[in-house]
Amino acid sequence: MSWWHDPTLIQSLYVVAFALFIYGLMGLTGPKTAVRGNQIAALGMAVAVIATLLTPGLGNWWLILLGVAIGTAVGVPAARKVKMTAVPQMVALFNGVGGGAVALIAWVEFRHGFGDDPLYVAIASQFAAVVGSISFWGSNIAFGTLQEILPGRPIAAGRVQQPLNLALLLGAAACAVGIIAGGRSELLMIGLLLACAVLGVMVVLPIGGADMPVVISLLNAFTGLSAAAMGLALDNTALIVAGMIVGASGSILTNLMAKAMNRSIPAIVAGGFGGGVTGAAAVEANGDRSVRQTNAADAAVQMAFAKQVVVVPGYGMAVAQAQHAVAEMAELLEAKGVSVLYAIHPVAGRMPGHMNVLLAEADVPYEQQREMDEINGEFTRTDVALVIGANDVTNPAARTDPNSPIYGMPILNVDASRSVIVLKRSMSPGFAGVDNALYFDPKTAMLFGDAKSSVSEVTAELKAL
Amino acid sequence: MLVQNLAVLVLAGFVGYLVISKVPNTLHTPLMSGTNAIHGIVLLGGLIVLGLGAHGVLEKILLVIAIAFGTINVVGGFLVTDRMLGMFKSDRPNRTDQ
Repeated sequence: MSWWHDPTLIQSLYVVAFALFIYGLMGLTGPKTAVRGNQIAALGMAVAVIATLLTPGLGNWWLILLGVAIGTAVGVPAARKVKMTAVPQMVALFNGVGGGAVALIAWVEFRHGFGDDPLYVAIASQFAAVVGSISFWGSNIAFGTLQEILPGRPIAAGRVQQPLNLALLLGAAACAVGIIAGGRSELLMIGLLLACAVLGVMVVLPIGGADMPVVISLLNAFTGLSAAAMGLALDNTALIVAGMIVGASGSILTNLMAKAMNRSIPAIVAGGFGGGVTGAAAVEANGDRSVRQTNAADAAVQMAFAKQVVVVPGYGMAVAQAQHAVAEMAELLEAKGVSVLYAIHPVAGRMPGHMNVLLAEADVPYEQQREMDEINGEFTRTDVALVIGANDVTNPAARTDPNSPIYGMPILNVDASRSVIVLKRSMSPGFAGVDNALYFDPKTAMLFGDAKSSVSEVTAELKAL
Repeated sequence: MLVQNLAVLVLAGFVGYLVISKVPNTLHTPLMSGTNAIHGIVLLGGLIVLGLGAHGVLEKILLVIAIAFGTINVVGGFLVTDRMLGMFKSDRPNRTDQ
């Protein structure tokens, strides 16, 4: 056996690989080191792949090459071409295929049989199959919802939902137990994968778009855990460490996001946020209230003579690709001596930090982007709050109306500023399906239209002033 | 073997917890995308199982798909994270470090 097939060398390279993962992730804690951190983690992955290819007795090289070639051909253009606004659904998709890979590997392991392997190998492998396939199907549904292939409003099967989900989970578990106990029928494995597929779809489908970031994060943690379980089954340290780190980090991130929305994870997974009776009742109750409309010229004058303008971006800005137009407008305002700040809600957009990424893309200085706790005190000193495609995160009902589904969610206190201009496509309620009392506030003026063209019109008016 | 691996598993969990708790809000999207790329490590599982012997066409197809999926996860994940992070200009002061 050649020296490069030495298991000690391969194991040592794995140690190098996960040291690089951890060091890389540490780099991600600050924007200055983050790019390098990500590259270091990628280097770790390269080391891990090379180490694996040194495994003695490895064959099927052409097929391995084929798989890698297909993956590269699909993954590279997808990552290169995706618009920054569509990153959340891209993450969902990348996450899903990871889970899918785990489930497929577990299937083949089952076909090989667990023979003389200790019991825990079969248990870990079946756990990986269940969690991996739930993650795969759930992520695809999350992708569909965010890409607006599927409706953003929750779709629910009603009262049968919970018992049905439980039955599916029990069915999958029964198949897994059958396999662990030594069952060799392929129907067991197919039954398990099918039950998990339906379960993944059923669990994520009723979850509205507003909760989707939390779900993607949760599924990210799931895929990590399934990879770790697969590592136990294959006795592979690199898989165990990398999978578990992702499992742990994903869980924390999920928790942070759920907290920012004042939602509990079980409540989110139980589904049905927004829609239904509450939403319909709220719309009716607001039926006879009127909103005040403004135009680009008035909005431009109002902001040009303000001391401080706070921009509140939301998903609408992302959809309209308006970040560059917004940055240009802000520069004009600053040239006129207006102080411009950006108020960023932790869950604005479809992911925490989503707005920061978009604003960074448009070269908005980091120090103008303020987090919720810092900016909320500023609103009383603000002359104009410019809400661009943000909805639920500005809704005062979260503070005042205990019956509102979003009651208790920390919001940006936009209504404390002297005047508010809301850029919005139409009066349709937000992703959570809740009507926004801010729009009916007498000091609020609505500027209807596509966010990007509205901002461009305002910019043109500012130039003409 | 199991106990050793479980020890590694538990320690890795704590490392993940500690490293990630320090990440500022603004970097959560890149973080999610970056950790997402790291669990593409399942690619290794596909390489080992296919490389050490797959029997019949079905198994080969399943594993080639698994490797393709894993590669998409790894390559796509790291690239998209890199693109996102490149937009955070490094010459700007980082408020969240204060």
